[in-house]
Amino acid sequence: MKARIHITLKNGVLDPQGKAIQQALTGLAFDGVEEVRQGKYIEIELAASDTEAARAQVADMCEKLLANTVIENYDIEIVA
Amino acid sequence: MPAAVIVFPGSNCDRDVAVALEAASGRPPAMVWHQESALPPSDLIVVPGGFSYGDYLRSGAMAAHSPIMRAVTARANAGTPVLGICNGFQILAEAGLLPGILMRNASLKFVCRDVDLRVERADTVFTSAYTQGEVLRVPVAHHDGNYFADPDTLQRLQDGGQIAFRYCDAGGNVTAAANPNGSIENIAGIVNAAGNVLGMMPHPERLADPLLGGTDGAPMFTALAEAIAA
Repeated sequence: MKARIHITLKNGVLDPQGKAIQQALTGLAFDGVEEVRQGKYIEIELAASDTEAARAQVADMCEKLLANTVIENYDIEIVA
Repeated sequence: MPAAVIVFPGSNCDRDVAVALEAASGRPPAMVWHQESALPPSDLIVVPGGFSYGDYLRSGAMAAHSPIMRAVTARANAGTPVLGICNGFQILAEAGLLPGILMRNASLKFVCRDVDLRVERADTVFTSAYTQGEVLRVPVAHHDGNYFADPDTLQRLQDGGQIAFRYCDAGGNVTAAANPNGSIENIAGIVNAAGNVLGMMPHPERLADPLLGGTDGAPMFTALAEAIAA
């Protein structure tokens, strides 16, 4: 099965890259771009066959390496 | 005992810091490859600057989990002085040896220039050859030097006197204009609660010899050399 992981900056953490993207979009005449937050998307192919075991394994990966929980949140989706 | 300098794929200040250490102590440090699982006997460990693992995922994140870092963590917890410069600071933060994280510079630009630093702690093994409030001029060269910690952690750093260096102007005033990267509270370097682990973004080893154009970084290595010779 496959894990899809979104890693995003926590609320309140300044995101200068998101702000630069917002300014660039506004510069391209896209109106109404109120805020941009940039994150990461990671896909992992897993040998596990149990969804909950896979989710627990990926959560451990996020805590230990994939995300830095000082500034980042992670969201895990397990798909067959 | 000689110092140990950890070398990762992508380290590029390992030789500079080795030169500074040898100049101060008269002995070349042991260069230790990141795949090693044990450290040679040493009274000082340096995690040098560079771009370990190409800054993949987050600066320092991959290096923080390399085999040698388990040994570095054990020695740090046992009280051995550990100095992390630039990417070394990022690695120590990712390894959990120092609180907080170094984020992308607020300007989004790679900043490479000399900056002024105010010594906030002159009573550590790293800074004992400086005086409290002294202003040093040393270079920074980084893209991810924007120190961030949550409010509770920041309060603990301030209460515990863990802020070692702050970015300042030439007169020692800590101002927003003197902050090259957006670091919270102008923080340029911090120590752990025990005071034996220092992480700093500026590069003292790059101005540690008159031939390099300045010597403000040299006293750090002199102090360390004296400490490990004692």
